[in-house]
Amino acid sequence: MLELRGVTTAYGLLEAVKGVDISIRDGEIACLIGANGAGKSTTLLTIAGVLRPLRGTIALEGHRIDGLSADNIVQRGVSLVPEGRRIFPDLTVAENLSLGAYARRDRAAIANDLEWVFGLFPHLAERKGQKGGTLSGGEQQMLAIGRALMAHPRLLLLDEPSLGLAPRIVEQIFEILVEINRRGTTLFLVEQNAHLALTVAQTGYVMETGRIVLHDRADRLIKHPQVRSAYLGE
Amino acid sequence: MFPQQLINGLTLGSVYALVAVGYTMVYGIIQLINFAHGEIYMIGAYLAFTAIAVLHLPFPAALLLSMASCALLGVAIDFVAYRPLRKAPRLAALITAIGMSLFLQNIAQAIWGANTRPFPFEAIPKFFYASAFSLVQVGGATVATVGEIPTEVAARPDLTIVLQISWLQVVILTVSLLLMVGLHLIVHRTRIGTAMRACAQDQMMASLVGINVNRVIGFTFALGSALGAAAGVLVGVYYNAIFPTMGYRVGVVAFAAAVLGGIGNVVGAILGGLILGLAEALGAAYISSEYRYAIAYAIMILVIVFKPSGLMGSPAAERT
Repeated sequence: MLELRGVTTAYGLLEAVKGVDISIRDGEIACLIGANGAGKSTTLLTIAGVLRPLRGTIALEGHRIDGLSADNIVQRGVSLVPEGRRIFPDLTVAENLSLGAYARRDRAAIANDLEWVFGLFPHLAERKGQKGGTLSGGEQQMLAIGRALMAHPRLLLLDEPSLGLAPRIVEQIFEILVEINRRGTTLFLVEQNAHLALTVAQTGYVMETGRIVLHDRADRLIKHPQVRSAYLGE
Repeated sequence: MFPQQLINGLTLGSVYALVAVGYTMVYGIIQLINFAHGEIYMIGAYLAFTAIAVLHLPFPAALLLSMASCALLGVAIDFVAYRPLRKAPRLAALITAIGMSLFLQNIAQAIWGANTRPFPFEAIPKFFYASAFSLVQVGGATVATVGEIPTEVAARPDLTIVLQISWLQVVILTVSLLLMVGLHLIVHRTRIGTAMRACAQDQMMASLVGINVNRVIGFTFALGSALGAAAGVLVGVYYNAIFPTMGYRVGVVAFAAAVLGGIGNVVGAILGGLILGLAEALGAAYISSEYRYAIAYAIMILVIVFKPSGLMGSPAAERT
């Protein structure tokens, strides 16, 4: 579904992502784990079109998307839930969600998706008229995911959805992510919580200082000695 | 005298508010003080003048034509001058804005000449200058009249006019109010308005939900410029004088109004405009008309000293 070939992204002269190859299959959950500053977020921002790769190609179902603008890439079915959630704090929950469907015109399908999102996150339905900034961290994460789903993505990119949340909320959110995947959306997950990510994912990538150093099935990576010592604290 | 100055001040203030809204909306979305905004106001006045003098359009049509043309001009200025500098340091765009302001002033001077021109008198509806409402004191009694003061009352030697509102003032207040209500509805009730608010809060996230940020910025320029042009036309008729530097004067006061209200906040800009309009009218009446700008600036400085984010501004609006 998504193919990254030799993607290099730089901030000025500093290359944060160096020649990365990633291949995500249709319908799977893939994850990218690694330490802080390894280049995981940069990879996602590059796929989403916020950053332009310096070299390399990104193809979505065989069509190149590198070089397209972010709003264009959303319309092609790739949505990003960014790090820190970045909900619009002064807009209501309902407005945040409706902006998620900004590029769409299919009113009936949008209404369906809204109902589905409210079904996944009943909390959001209760707080429709509330400003996004007044929600708790967990609710904001739910709103950020719900907003991304309103674009009806085929590929959903998630940057650290567990960050700063209570374990109980994290568990709840990951259950919902699996549910979203079951409905046919491919997920690409960036996580510092390696154990959690490798448990829900089928494929895993390990990133260190801008390069992919390991790549395997998730159930094998979770047993890999290098992963166990560096990311699972064993 | 006081009620009269109040009405004069509100009339002036509503015009400042229309211009201030343009400064504040553009600042809210791209953090640029668009110094060329006052020139849009000036060109708006000239375009209406030309529409009346050359095309012989009636006044309302000239007003609408001027607003539409200036909306396009605003978009064009953004496209040519500011958009290429979107990722450059902010100072570069600011200097470009000053350059654009001078450029437009000189273009206007080249086209229409440097002299102050009156609006073509015959094209302005006659009733504009008639009295819409008056309050007079005659022989100890106060008489309120809708329309002209009756001749037998006007002839009385003991007549004191407390308040007289012309139809032109009614038109200015009504048009300004309608435009501001319209603006509010656009910003809060439409898809593009929601996108504008989203872009003002988080541009990167706006693009990540599929908003074409440049298009929204262009729309913001169009909206602000249309309102600025309307203000220019109304003032051109009110003072019956248009000249190439008229935008500079109003621009400075309207910018002060936007800062006073809290730059980036639309309601604040409207409030700031009304306050400065009132201060100017009352200051000119009770202190000295020479100090009108000094008074406007003194108020702005006082507010900024005690509440740096402005009357309606939130500290969060002070992002860098």
